[in-house]
Amino acid sequence: MAGQIKNRGSVTLVLFSGEMDKAIAAFVIATAAASMGMTVNIFFTFWGLNVIKKEGGLIKGQNWMQKMLNMMNYGHARKLALSKMNMAGMGPAMMKVMMSKKKVPSLKEFIKTAGELGVKFYPCEMSMSVMGLKKEDFIDECQDVIGAVSYLAIAKDSEVNLFI
Amino acid sequence: MSEYAVDKTLDARGLSCPMPSVKTALALEKMSLGEVLEVLTDDPVSKKDLPVWAESTGNELLGVKEEDKTIKIYLKKA
Repeated sequence: MAGQIKNRGSVTLVLFSGEMDKAIAAFVIATAAASMGMTVNIFFTFWGLNVIKKEGGLIKGQNWMQKMLNMMNYGHARKLALSKMNMAGMGPAMMKVMMSKKKVPSLKEFIKTAGELGVKFYPCEMSMSVMGLKKEDFIDECQDVIGAVSYLAIAKDSEVNLFI
Repeated sequence: MSEYAVDKTLDARGLSCPMPSVKTALALEKMSLGEVLEVLTDDPVSKKDLPVWAESTGNELLGVKEEDKTIKIYLKKA
């Protein structure tokens, strides 16, 4: 889809946070911008990588510290906490019910829609290597694994830049 | 019936921001130039957002009508 639409500007988001509410905010903006024909890039870094982890699989990492981190930080789109009022998981569960009553898509549905709209997903290489994560640990929507310089090269050509 | 020659109707009722715009974009993508899309929505945000969407994507807004709780937005693909 993105390729068929004329260039109408671009949005680059840095998703640093790994919480459900912040990730949904990022994907609302991303899908809205893509619907307007804008090119949308999301650079997932640090905790933001949890949003695009695949579901299931073994505990990732090459050494005990990485394995311990990834065990305690065993994220994927359906398993994220809220940034406020998490209440040991009750907060996200209630928020999911409230959102589905208002027909707001779940984060997983948002990610799928964003992929269909041609939103580009870029995992951050440095965060991945710190946490011992590989490209295969992420959902198929992810494109190139990039570093800070490549992110900046994209960001400086974007009209809208947000850090979430 | 509407006063416009509608080629396709998108029922986006029940969906909330930003899905009506997303579904509209996907629906218009499949249509030909000059065809008219009728979007049905009950989302008050979309009443403001879809005309803005049309303007920024260069599609033509033919009109907005309200019947009961349903807002009907007519867009011509350009």
